[in-house]
Amino acid sequence: MTPFTTLTSVAVPILRDNVDTDAIIPSREMKSTGRTGLAEGLFAPWRYSDVAARTPDPTFELNMPEARGGQVILGGANFGCGSSREHAVWALVEYGIRCVIAESFAPIFRANCIRNGVLPITLPRTDVDALAWQEITVDLPAQTVTAGATTHSFTIEDEPRTMLLEGLDVIDLTLKALPAIEAWTDADRTARPWVYLEKTA
Amino acid sequence: MAPRSSPDGYGPKTLFEKIWETHRIDTGTSGAGLVAIDRVFLHERTGAAALKSMAAAGRPVRDPARVFAVMDHIVDTRIGRGDGTLMEGGSAFITETRAAAKAAGITLFDVNDPDQGITHVISPELGIVLPGVTLVAPDSHTCTQGALGALAWGIGSSEAEHAMATGTLRIEKPRTMRVTFTGQLAPGVTAKDMALALIAAHGAGGGAGHAVEFAGEAVEALDIEARMTLCNMATEFSAMAGFIAPDAKTFEYLAGRRYAPANFDDPYWQTLSTDEGATFDTEIEIDAASLAPMVSWGTSPQHSMPIDGAVPQGPERAHQYIDLAPGTAMLGTPIDVAFVGSCTNARLSDLRRAAALVKGRKVAASIKKAMVVPGSSAVKRAAEAEGLDTIFTEAGFEWRASGCSLCFFAGGERFPEGSRTISSTNRNFEGRQGPGIRTHIASPETVIASAVAGVIADPRELAKESAQ
Repeated sequence: MTPFTTLTSVAVPILRDNVDTDAIIPSREMKSTGRTGLAEGLFAPWRYSDVAARTPDPTFELNMPEARGGQVILGGANFGCGSSREHAVWALVEYGIRCVIAESFAPIFRANCIRNGVLPITLPRTDVDALAWQEITVDLPAQTVTAGATTHSFTIEDEPRTMLLEGLDVIDLTLKALPAIEAWTDADRTARPWVYLEKTA
Repeated sequence: MAPRSSPDGYGPKTLFEKIWETHRIDTGTSGAGLVAIDRVFLHERTGAAALKSMAAAGRPVRDPARVFAVMDHIVDTRIGRGDGTLMEGGSAFITETRAAAKAAGITLFDVNDPDQGITHVISPELGIVLPGVTLVAPDSHTCTQGALGALAWGIGSSEAEHAMATGTLRIEKPRTMRVTFTGQLAPGVTAKDMALALIAAHGAGGGAGHAVEFAGEAVEALDIEARMTLCNMATEFSAMAGFIAPDAKTFEYLAGRRYAPANFDDPYWQTLSTDEGATFDTEIEIDAASLAPMVSWGTSPQHSMPIDGAVPQGPERAHQYIDLAPGTAMLGTPIDVAFVGSCTNARLSDLRRAAALVKGRKVAASIKKAMVVPGSSAVKRAAEAEGLDTIFTEAGFEWRASGCSLCFFAGGERFPEGSRTISSTNRNFEGRQGPGIRTHIASPETVIASAVAGVIADPRELAKESAQ
């Protein structure tokens, strides 16, 4: 996973509440069984006036000339709600988005962001609104978002912060705790034997 | 065998805290909690991606006997199906998930396996989910299974890999919420209406950051399948999980099912409830007796309203997409398509209630398509044994093989573009059931009443006619 430290980019506003993962990547755009080939389907229902012909809709923010090269998008409340599909984040990453700043996030989407090197930042709605189309600098070590003379502080829990900063492979990290996991499992087999199934098939 | 002793610490505990503390693994270091995961369930939409990625990284599944996979999302629901689907490239999801599941040694319920069905329908049917377990799946509606007293929640593909490789997840402890439904539901009002009423009142983000316990007289009165409907929509409330403390009905439902204990006599099972005096971070109370059948008017589940009301003022974009202005009466709105199916409302009890309402009636001539898709192959067989399929087909519904079907549009089969749909599913997002499709989510009863009338209709009126 690519580490995240600082980033300077235009902040592209998609300031709607309840932006769902069907809107970010519709089921029909998830054409491969892997994690790639998804950028073209990103925001397909909003991005294209004719989805089949891939005709860009000039009124959609990501298609506006000033959004070019943008790596940060802004959202309203409950961003990323709906389906758990990690393809939504994979599509964002493939398109070049590394940070989403929103009033709030749906929990599965937020966890998916952290697992894929995308920084989810929660700020009050008025602050999010004020960042629209600004050239901003996101500083994860300092936990700040700066636009011109204005700096907003944000908080993120220690573990996701470390994971993002170091680009950690979380599975490897957890496997280091395997002795503790095995000790727990041995005790649990006695306490809750019904949890441990024998292979039947 | 001694049951696990009471959780760490003193004082009354919520059910969530008990399950959490039972599963928390102390690694002796700081950081997010490492939580043991008892069950993982995959489906073919996201299963192949997770399993292939693990295999590529050279990581085996730690305990394959506790990992299950099923074909439900992309599998065709036309009778006589095989690996082919109408979705372009869709069969690759089936064949690759099958190959990856076999290579990983996990249990697979394949396309025409008698146990095939929607994940959240078959997991309770087979007793894979149990009270007090942690169960995760890369599917947001995994919270459905909290109805059995489990802590069950949806995750992404990467977290599914983590759970399979390590038997754990690293997660922050959520806050706790109790939603108490006091009183009793009126006739014709269902668990689906409870869920929609909650989300309409408190917002699609209302449960964010919380594990939500549903409680109260109206919840206790629900049968197990209706409890699944209520918990199903916890994700539409943005909750991490929704669950209900197990009671005698829960244990009776599960006892002896294939992967469940033969009985629940061990005193351990009686510890799985919220202690009197335990406190929650957030409490919500709703008077169940005041609820009416609900229907969504807009493009978020929070855009839901009592069916006999007028469309409230919402975001302009939602009104435009759904083409209903504020102040419009919902009753009488013409519909084109009717759908009974999904992990929300396609269990045997749902189909029985729907069939009872439609029996001897016909779908209105103006309806372009009407479908019933059972939630599992077992539900399909049971429904056919009772003759429900005949009731539906004589009324003008298509009767299908089980799967998620047109709960979402995966690019193959479709409703006519722009159709106004009355649907027993859980999501009314823009384009959710196909390009330009306008979805109104409601109970199966409301779907049937509306299909018969050709317009959005109150199921209580149809039930009264049936009674006369």
